[in-house]
Amino acid sequence: MSTEPTQATSRHQKLERNITLMAIATLITVSIGGIVQIAPLFYLDNTIEKVDGMRPYTPLEQAGRDIYVREGCYTCHSQMIRPFRDEVERYGPYSLAAESMYDHPFQWGSKRTGPDLARVGDRYSDEWHVQHLKDPQSVVPESIMPQYSFLAETDLKVADPAGMLTALRRVGVPYTDRDIEMAEADLAAQADPFSSREDLEERYPKTQVRDFDGDPDRLTEMDALVAYLQMLGTLVDVKSAAAQQELAEETGR
Amino acid sequence: MANESNIENRVDQPTGTEFVGHEWDGIEELDTPLPRWWLWTFYATIVWAIGYVVAYPAWPMIDRATEGVIGWTSRGQLAEEISVANKAREGLLEQIAATDTALLADDPQLMQQAVAGGAAAFKVNCVQCHGAGAAGSPGYPNLNDDEWLWGGDLESIELTLQHGVRWDGSEQTRFSLMPGFGEIFTTEEINALAGHVLSFTDRSESSATGVQLYADNCLSCHGQSGEGSRDQGAPALNDAIWLYGSSETAIRGQIRAPSHGVMPGWKDRLDPATIKMLAAYVHSLGGGETLAQQAEEPAEAADEQP
Repeated sequence: MSTEPTQATSRHQKLERNITLMAIATLITVSIGGIVQIAPLFYLDNTIEKVDGMRPYTPLEQAGRDIYVREGCYTCHSQMIRPFRDEVERYGPYSLAAESMYDHPFQWGSKRTGPDLARVGDRYSDEWHVQHLKDPQSVVPESIMPQYSFLAETDLKVADPAGMLTALRRVGVPYTDRDIEMAEADLAAQADPFSSREDLEERYPKTQVRDFDGDPDRLTEMDALVAYLQMLGTLVDVKSAAAQQELAEETGR
Repeated sequence: MANESNIENRVDQPTGTEFVGHEWDGIEELDTPLPRWWLWTFYATIVWAIGYVVAYPAWPMIDRATEGVIGWTSRGQLAEEISVANKAREGLLEQIAATDTALLADDPQLMQQAVAGGAAAFKVNCVQCHGAGAAGSPGYPNLNDDEWLWGGDLESIELTLQHGVRWDGSEQTRFSLMPGFGEIFTTEEINALAGHVLSFTDRSESSATGVQLYADNCLSCHGQSGEGSRDQGAPALNDAIWLYGSSETAIRGQIRAPSHGVMPGWKDRLDPATIKMLAAYVHSLGGGETLAQQAEEPAEAADEQP
């Protein structure tokens, strides 16, 4: 009756009793799961597809985006229109991966207390945005959104616009040397309706240059936030029938 | 573990189950079999997973994932659902798109369906500014009354919907731009002018200065007695409807530095049939006019309550 433990049993016992070996084996097992799920997103064609029209944010839009993050807008507003009929009919064409390629961090969100904002750009007037941010209930009485009137009274202060762009370039946003050099000037120029806009528009196509907050004498946080909101979802032409057809027929997604 | 050598045969007497052979300080583990129902459910999920992987997109390959034999994609499914939904109302939409806007009202049944469709589209696209009941708010016109800045017949409403008001995106946008008089007139002059404007509705006494200033600066757009002009988008000043507030202070403010509201055009966002339905809905709200009516009574003053 003297059966020795089988070889498998003894290997198993070794693994169970050696904490270092156990930790390494656990890491390998978990990594396989992670690699299978995550790694393909970095090389599959349709997850890294480039689409026409995408460009990095202008310094003013990026500053507005930082305010959006600072105020926690993402806790109530998503920026991700999913390919469902109800969402597409309400918010517009579904979001593409490439449309958030320059987002650090992305603002897809996971909860909608307010509506999705992925294509809010150009949908309302600047005046509406300003009034709505100051006092949401004045235009949408049933809204529970907080009031952000202080944005219109706070001068926009970006400590180091060039530094902001440089940091983003280091994580892969293709700002040129000239973009970085001009960052501070661009920041002010976009909210100044009388600035010479050719240079800005050439480096950032489809840039909207105007006074956003209704007070041309000041550059406020409201200018930056409205500039950001007004460009959301406006860069890529996803509405053309050809683009829609192509996307619908794409397989392996 | 001294007793490892004879684990194979040892059975726990009270349960009749074999020991596994693990023992910690005298506490031993039994080799109780898994419940059958659980085990079979588990096997079923494995079979299901194999079927799923074959049928649906699953494994990441070199440049794309496996497509799955049934060819399903989320975007394809969406395109199908939308085309089904569109087919369901195709007849109606086509009929509306094909009907000349001005003649839409001649077909009461079609008009009724257009109004219903427009009401739905209004809830999605328009209520944010014009309000759930289309009553507007300061800066955003009330669409229920019969005061129209740019005309209240179906075609005029449709044109406003397509091209917006002071909208960058279209050359045909409705455009009016009242100059600001804050740096031209003195405070007394502005007060006198506001007084004259209010005198149209008998809310204030006019003055010689007011009359003169009005005649020189305002009359060409707003008309002799403040009846306004739709050709220029100039609001009537002789009624109880005020876009930016009816108080004397608000009126003085508008003379000094007028607000110029913007409405986006919808021609690039909505299809022509939906715009036509929206026009029908807005037209149906109470102030809709016919072209003939407009010709007979140009810019008729609306004296009822706002």
